Amino acid sequence: MDQRKTGIMKALARQWQLQSMVVPGIIWMFIFCYIPMLWLVIAFMDYSIAKPMLESPFVGLKHFEDFATDDRFWRSIRNTLGMSSIKLLLGFPIPILFALLLNEIRSLRFKRTVQTISYLPHFVAWTIFGGIALNWLGEGGVVNQLLMATGLQDREILYISDPKYFWWITYFTDTLKETGWSAIIYIAAIAGIDPELYEAAELDGAGRWQRMWHITVQSIRPTIAILFILAIAGILGSNFEQIFMLKNNMNMKMAESLDLYIYNMGLVSGRHSFSTAVLFARSIVALGLLLLANYSSKKLANESIF
Amino acid sequence: MDKRGRARRGGSFEFVNALLMLAVCFLTLYPMWFVFINSINAPQQAMLGTVNWFPKELSLDSYSVAFNDKSLMNGFLITTLRTVIGTVTHVLFTAIVAYGMSKTQLIGRKLYMRIALITMLFSGGLIPTFLLMTKLGLYDNFWVFILPSLYAFFNMVIFMSFFRTIPDGLEESAKVDGASDYGVLFRIVLPNSMAVLATIALFSAVYHWNDYYQGVIYIRSQDLLPLQTILYKIVAENSMSFMQQQAMAQFGARLPGNSIKFASMMVATAPILLFYPFIQRYLVKGVMIGAIKG
Repeated sequence: MDQRKTGIMKALARQWQLQSMVVPGIIWMFIFCYIPMLWLVIAFMDYSIAKPMLESPFVGLKHFEDFATDDRFWRSIRNTLGMSSIKLLLGFPIPILFALLLNEIRSLRFKRTVQTISYLPHFVAWTIFGGIALNWLGEGGVVNQLLMATGLQDREILYISDPKYFWWITYFTDTLKETGWSAIIYIAAIAGIDPELYEAAELDGAGRWQRMWHITVQSIRPTIAILFILAIAGILGSNFEQIFMLKNNMNMKMAESLDLYIYNMGLVSGRHSFSTAVLFARSIVALGLLLLANYSSKKLANESIF
Repeated sequence: MDKRGRARRGGSFEFVNALLMLAVCFLTLYPMWFVFINSINAPQQAMLGTVNWFPKELSLDSYSVAFNDKSLMNGFLITTLRTVIGTVTHVLFTAIVAYGMSKTQLIGRKLYMRIALITMLFSGGLIPTFLLMTKLGLYDNFWVFILPSLYAFFNMVIFMSFFRTIPDGLEESAKVDGASDYGVLFRIVLPNSMAVLATIALFSAVYHWNDYYQGVIYIRSQDLLPLQTILYKIVAENSMSFMQQQAMAQFGARLPGNSIKFASMMVATAPILLFYPFIQRYLVKGVMIGAIKG
C-alpha cells in the first residue's frame, strides 16, 4: 500500500510540469463554477450580504413558497414559455429552410457571398441591433412607415411600448440576427452528403422537391434532432441580452422573462435568497427537461446527445 | 448536357430562389446601412426624422460629438484593453490547460475531465456568481472582465482535440533534444496550431468587444464602463452623458439625440465591420470544429 502511494507520488513528481498546466484550470473551476454551486444553499436561508453566509438563519422552503405564490413569478413563466414557444415553433425551421434553399443555388460564388453576408449580424452587438429595433419600432420608425405606405395600417402604432407586440418583436429581431449563423451547422451537414445519392435519385426520376425531402432532409435529420433537443432543454431560458435591450417600463408586463425576473428580484431589489431559490428550482426543471427531451428523441427518432 | 437540362427545368425556381437569397442579403445589410447613413446625415436634416436610403446632407457633426465625448472615448479604451488582455489571457490559459489534458499519461485525467464536465451540466447562476464576485473584490473592478472568462470548457475541448492531431514525432524529437513540456508546448505545439489559436482568439475578442451585460451588472464607476455598456445606456435608457448634453447645447439643441446615438453605434461596431471580411472564415471554422467535437 505504502509502496504504491510512493509510486504515484514519484510518477506525479516526474510529470509535475504537465500537472502544473492542468491544476490551475481545476482551481479556476472550483472558484468560478463550484463555489457558486455551493452558494445555491442560500436559497434555503435568509442570507444577507453583510454577514458571513453560515451565520444566516436557515428558513427551509420559505422562499420557494414565496415565489410559488407570487403572481409576477407565474407571469414571468408565461412570458418565458410564450417567447420560447414562438422561437421553437416558428423560429427553429427557418435556418433549416435557409440552408436548404441556399444549397439549391448553383453558382458557388453567389452561394458563398450570400452565406458570408448572412451571418454578419450575429457578430453585431445587441446594443446596436437592439438600438436599431427600438428606432424602427418607435414613432415615425421604418416599420410604421412601411406598414402605412402599403396601407396595412392607417395610423402610427408604438410597437415597442405596447406589451402585446413584445413577444413578436423578440422573435423577429432574433430571426433577423441569427438565421444565417444558425444555418451554418445545417449547411455543413448538407455539404457532407454523398453526391452519388442525388445522382441515383435523379436516375430514378426524383424531382427537385423529392430529392430535397428524401435525401437532403433525411440526411441531416440527426443534426436537426440534436439541435431540437437542445432547444427544448433551453425552453426556460431566454436571450437576456436581447430582452434587456428591448424591455421598458411600458412593455414589462410581457417582457419580463424568468431570467429578467431573477435579475430584477435579486440584483435590483436585493432579494438574494429569494432569487436564488428561483434559480435553484429552474435548474432542476431544466435538467429534467434535458433528460426528458433526450429520452423522447431517443425513442422517437433514435437520436440523442448522451 | 445533363446540367443544362436540369437548369432549364428548374428555371423559374432558380430565379425565385436567387431573388430570395438577395432579399436575405438585403435584410442582413440594411440595418447596418441605416445606422451608417443616419450617422452622417446633417443634424438639421435629422431633426425631420431618420432617412431610409441616403443622407439628405452629409455632415460629420455627430462624429465630432462622439469623438469629443470623454466618457465614450474612455469606454472605447476600456473595451480595447479588455479585449486585448481578455483574449490573450483566455487563449493562453485555456490552451495550456488543454495541452496538459491532451496527454493520456496525465495522472488523474479522468477525474479532471469529470470535474470539468459537471460544470457543463450545473451552474450556480446569476445571483451566486454575483455574490462570489463581490466577495472576491471583483465588483466594480476591471478584472471582473478578465478572470471569470479565463477559461471555457468548449474551447478547451477544441484545443485538446486539435493538439492530438499534431504528430507525436514532432514532440518526441524536441523531447529528445532536452525540451521540457512547456518548451514543447510553446516552441512546437502552439506554433503548429495557429489556425485554431486564431479562431478561439477571434471568438473571445468578439465576445469581449460586444458584451455589455458584465458592465451593467458589475461596474458602477463611470470610468470603468466598457463602450457597449455606455451605448446600452445611451440607446436603451436614453441617458446622455454630460459631454453630450453640453455638445447638444453648443449646437443650440440643433443636434438631435438620435444622430449622436447613430454615430456612437457606428463607433462601437466599426472594428467588427472592418475586420469582418478578413476574419469571417476563421469564425466559421471555429463553429465547424465545435460542432463536430461537441
